[in-house]
Amino acid sequence: MAGFGFACLVLALVVCAYGIGVSLYGARSGRVEFSESGRRSVYALALVLTVAMVVLELAFVGNDFAFNTVADTSSRTTPLFYRAAAVWSSQEGSLLLWAWLMSLWSSLALFLTRRRLRDVAAYATAILLGFGAFFVGLMVFYANPFATTHPAPAEGVGLDPLLRFPAMMIHPPMLYSGYTLCIVPLAFGMGALLARRVDADWIKVIRRFAFAAWLFLGAGIMLGALWSYSELGWGGYWGWDAVENAALLPWLTGTAFLHSLMIQEKRGMLKVWNVSLALATGTLAVMGTFLVRSGILDSIHAFGGHTLGVPFVILIALLIAGSIYLVASRRSMLRSEHRLDSWLSREAAFLANNLVLVALAFVILWGTYFPLISEAIGGQEASVGPPWFDRYTVPLALILVLLSGVGPVIAWRRATLANARRNFMIPIGCALATLIGLEAGGVTAHPLAIVMFCLAGFVVGSVGQEFYRGTRARIAIAHEPPPLALLALVRRNRRRYGGYIVHIGIAVMFVGVAASSSFQHASELGLNPGQSTRIGSYEIRYVRPTASITPAEDRAHTGSTLSLGAVLDVTQNGHHVATLDPSEGFYASEEASQGTVGSLIGGQPVSHIAMNLNLARNVWTAVQPDIETPDLKRIITDGNNTLPPQDAIIAVAYLARAYLKHPPQAQFNFLVSPLVLWLWIGAIVIIGGSITALWPAPSRIRQRVLAGARARTRRGLARA
Amino acid sequence: MDPARRRVARLVVALAVAVVLASALIYTSFSAASPALSPSQLVREAVPGRAYQLTGTVVKGSVHRQGATLDFAMEDRVGGTVIALAYTGIVPDPFREGREVIVTVEKQPNGGYVGERNSLITKCPSKYKTAPPSENQNS
Repeated sequence: MAGFGFACLVLALVVCAYGIGVSLYGARSGRVEFSESGRRSVYALALVLTVAMVVLELAFVGNDFAFNTVADTSSRTTPLFYRAAAVWSSQEGSLLLWAWLMSLWSSLALFLTRRRLRDVAAYATAILLGFGAFFVGLMVFYANPFATTHPAPAEGVGLDPLLRFPAMMIHPPMLYSGYTLCIVPLAFGMGALLARRVDADWIKVIRRFAFAAWLFLGAGIMLGALWSYSELGWGGYWGWDAVENAALLPWLTGTAFLHSLMIQEKRGMLKVWNVSLALATGTLAVMGTFLVRSGILDSIHAFGGHTLGVPFVILIALLIAGSIYLVASRRSMLRSEHRLDSWLSREAAFLANNLVLVALAFVILWGTYFPLISEAIGGQEASVGPPWFDRYTVPLALILVLLSGVGPVIAWRRATLANARRNFMIPIGCALATLIGLEAGGVTAHPLAIVMFCLAGFVVGSVGQEFYRGTRARIAIAHEPPPLALLALVRRNRRRYGGYIVHIGIAVMFVGVAASSSFQHASELGLNPGQSTRIGSYEIRYVRPTASITPAEDRAHTGSTLSLGAVLDVTQNGHHVATLDPSEGFYASEEASQGTVGSLIGGQPVSHIAMNLNLARNVWTAVQPDIETPDLKRIITDGNNTLPPQDAIIAVAYLARAYLKHPPQAQFNFLVSPLVLWLWIGAIVIIGGSITALWPAPSRIRQRVLAGARARTRRGLARA
Repeated sequence: MDPARRRVARLVVALAVAVVLASALIYTSFSAASPALSPSQLVREAVPGRAYQLTGTVVKGSVHRQGATLDFAMEDRVGGTVIALAYTGIVPDPFREGREVIVTVEKQPNGGYVGERNSLITKCPSKYKTAPPSENQNS
């Protein structure tokens, strides 16, 4: 089976090479049959890689430990769902996922453009297959997912318990879909430049893919943040870690691209910006893919040795050099059709949007790669931390939120005082109302957070005004009742109103971020049973310890041998709010040196946090029980010395009982974070708005189907 | 000024502003950064009162918890100099002996090292290591 899988990869490489050849020939010579053959090679690549994925999946699901990747990341005791998803938790498997997703999205893109932009599409095909060849080549020569060991081990290592969390399993497919979808605009942008066809056509064709890339990338980032918040023991959702930043960078330039292309469509301006942003987004996506697996940066996720670093660096250098050359040599074709009439105009607002997003991307890029930069310049590797990132990203984020409220309502070409009055009175009023409401409510600290809240009010006012005016106009025309009018309004102009919904989601999300970071109360301390502490307006009391062995209620199927925790009573002003039960799971390790008993609980512990979440705030608790007291350690040592392996669990049970009877002081982390749920609600609103904006309009579908039928009839008649 | 010159002038101004802002950013990054050192480098270069980012491997048998303080020792990735330090704050789940960690430390006047609160990061155990086939056989 493994041999067959590897053969698929080799075949894929051959298909890529063939496709690149025919596509380039078809593009240069203008002969359509060759370009068509190139396009079909992409379909063939998708098919071959699908077969390869199926082979690997079957190996995981069937527990075929001859496969090295299966033995390294799965085990018989890993539940089916996690086994199936463990395919992409290894370097080799994740490369296959990347290549497979890219082949699927490329096939879709080329299928949808099969009758348009033939010359651009031919070059784009060659570029997409080039990426395919790169990733398949990496697998064939460096990191083979179908490598085997004989004889096969009886049992695998198992999936890291930290990853046994549903969101973590779809995080890679989402993120990789985002990354691979970013390659499509890059390929078409380069194709347009190569074919010297840089009018608005390629933008219209590629817009949906850029939007889908943005959506999947954003979803992948949010899933990572959700995992960090709910699973890791630090209670945060964003740490400015290198891999978090690496995924954020193409998302930022992608956001700029999505907005900036509207200006090219409507007024033929910002062409250099658009093509540069498309190329930059794709390049940053490749850089993000590289960063996570290269080991060049010290971060919590610095996986990988240095074997893959060199090919990636070469690819990235080629992309950057190629992009600069293409844009510079075609700059005469990218001249704007119109000039900026006024700094107070929608065009200027979108230009400012581009600048802010690129500035944000530059800051984050600089900070992320700083260890390499400082080593290259000064010989000393140094790194910057979250405070440095916050210092620059916070003001830029504030400007961004402001622009998201200004953009939809400011006039095209030149905003006059009259239309400014008409458009901005209500949004500014909402911002002021928010400020007054906050002051009245006693929220006066943290000025930057207050500014963010007011700006969010501004955005909601601005977008709400648009919805209101549109609905009112529709009622005047169609005499529908308001709810139907609103629905019809959105259905007829999904792109615009879907985008407005996304802006509301962004405002809600930033409110959640500002509130949960500025107004958070945090506390870490040791408590004995019966003791309590005050945090914010809450009092938390450590009621009693908890302990269980191979928990019967192992909801997350985490398989921990021992679980120790605490029951906490949370009250506010004397009223009972919640009872929380955080715990820490102790897992088996593979180290015989720890002894028969020690190795049952000597593996990596995982903190299971407990929280009470509502719309207003989250009370988040984590516990670190102390199992290294002299008494408890003695139980382990005695067990190691006296019990045979099959009875070692008895000592663990004895340890649990001892922990319950004489609980040592446990270390607790408490966080009270206001409005943190708004972050996730904002994310859902953004996703809903994006889907609305992406959804093809019903009339368009009907038109396309009719046009297709008409074309077929015509062809049929012509042949007759 | 004719439109073409105005366009060029605007571009120059915009680029100048960008360069100034970028320079400010770059300057502050160098002053705000903490140098990343291995234990052997830290022993040679550390001065009391300055924060350094220490990267190394947790020495087996060196981890002891005393209430809120975690005492442990770190050595170079390839072995060698060992530095003992005392750390308070959140200990990430993956932390254990033999793992690679990053922690911000400050040298004390008495020669010992104290870890900055909540600065401890443990590298996730290598899931993406492209190991040569022989390594995979002893799992």
